Amino acid sequence: MSAQVVTGQEWARPKPAKDPVSRVYWEAAGRGELLIQHCPACGNRQWYPRAVCTLCGGDPEWEQASGRGTVYTFTIIRQNYAKPFRDELPYVVAMVELEEGPMMMGNVTDVDVDDVHIGMPVEVYMIEAEAGLGVPFWRPAAG
Amino acid sequence: MDRTPVIAGVGLSDYPKAPDLDGVQHHALAMQRALADCGLPKAEIDGYINAGGSGGMMVDDAVTMAEYLRIDHRYIDSTMTGGSSFEFHVQHGAAAIRDGACDTILVTYGSDQLSRMGRMLGTGGFQRPGSHVAGPVQYEVPYGNSLVGAYAMAARRHMHEFGTTSEQLAEIAVGVREFAALNPHAMYRDPITVDDVVSSRMIADPLHKLDCCAITDGGGAFVMTTAERARDLAQSPVYVLGAAGAQTHWNISQMPDFTTTAGAKSGPEAFARAGLTPDDVDMVMFYDSFTITVLLLLEGMGFCKRGEGGPFVDEGHLKRGGKLPLNTDGGGLSSSHPGMRGIFLIIEAVRQLRGQAGEAQVPDCNVALAAGSGGWLSAIGTAILGKEHP
Repeated sequence: MSAQVVTGQEWARPKPAKDPVSRVYWEAAGRGELLIQHCPACGNRQWYPRAVCTLCGGDPEWEQASGRGTVYTFTIIRQNYAKPFRDELPYVVAMVELEEGPMMMGNVTDVDVDDVHIGMPVEVYMIEAEAGLGVPFWRPAAG
Repeated sequence: MDRTPVIAGVGLSDYPKAPDLDGVQHHALAMQRALADCGLPKAEIDGYINAGGSGGMMVDDAVTMAEYLRIDHRYIDSTMTGGSSFEFHVQHGAAAIRDGACDTILVTYGSDQLSRMGRMLGTGGFQRPGSHVAGPVQYEVPYGNSLVGAYAMAARRHMHEFGTTSEQLAEIAVGVREFAALNPHAMYRDPITVDDVVSSRMIADPLHKLDCCAITDGGGAFVMTTAERARDLAQSPVYVLGAAGAQTHWNISQMPDFTTTAGAKSGPEAFARAGLTPDDVDMVMFYDSFTITVLLLLEGMGFCKRGEGGPFVDEGHLKRGGKLPLNTDGGGLSSSHPGMRGIFLIIEAVRQLRGQAGEAQVPDCNVALAAGSGGWLSAIGTAILGKEHP
């Protein structure tokens, strides 16, 4: 089950600097997979990925998430002087509560910013920021 | 020997605009004024606390500043929790003094943020386009959130869960501005109305321009010592009755619950240590980076129940003449916010407890509470200060 990966789009935003853990996450996103972590010892699920389980201190394992979630909270950014964001105003920054439990930050796109609301069902898609590196984004869930 | 920890001297550097001072000079000037305030010889300082972190060209970390100011310390602490650092410093400094690790501690802060960076800080962005970002912020920076946007997400969630309104948040800014009008140094002094706030430009929904703090220069310093030593100093001592700190996250995406801060831990713990309850507090200094920050601190500290901050504000308690006056120096919202405002909370609380707050003086002020919020509602430090020996 892979999400759409949008390629060939110019990426002027800051890019993640891949470290040994985050590399796995960003490269999976480049293939259309949204990864979270699951701890086999205590059952905790977490985002963002880390070298340890935040609940018990154990060794988390990668798990592919469904890519579905709901908007937990959001803001509409109407002022940002930083390039390239200043050319994209207004846009939505949201916390998305994944079906699996963890919350993650992202942009909700493909919708009028004034129509975004808490509880809105959203689904993930990826934008390729550089070859083999994808960044997860969100849009209203189909259906 | 009575080792009860006290705050003996306080000093502010120049604010809100001091284009001729760099951040290090703000540290130095504030130290001079704090020492002059209490009449303590500089040579007596044997502990130093400084969060540093003002950034830019200046270097103001604890060990560098200990050298620059020439503090021959036997106790040093560089705890940096953002704007709340100084409430954590009160907690740590009080423990060090009580324990005998040192006798007299200097705490300093300085920032030339306005003169150096201008007002774009909150929404100016820190990353160059196309640059690579390391650490946990790599999971946030690609999405273009702003500093204001982080707080806006908390405000939005509070509105959703509890029906809090923009007008209720605006009341906070209006009340603080009333006090700013009494402070000749405050950045913004003209009276404002709720309508002014909610019709000011939207920066990050639902926070408007007037929901956001000023961006200023400024610095501060305070001297902590034992009650014993303070007897011979120039000012009446202000006692540390209870102090505590807690942290839930650092980056906003990791906030476990967007309507509950670590103040819900550090507030009750500070009260327990002081043996007091919210009813005993005569005035509050809350970190007001944004109006929502005040609301969440108010609830966390237990002045009202979770979710009831909006109606509490509506009842006017936080205003001049109310039962719990807020930010009598004009706050970060209207007076000064040089990046890490927490030291101003302590200094103004001390002035109130000494009865030196001029027109803004709260009558019969015996207990004051300072609650700092650092990061993105992340690390909340609480210091309860009093006029009477505990």
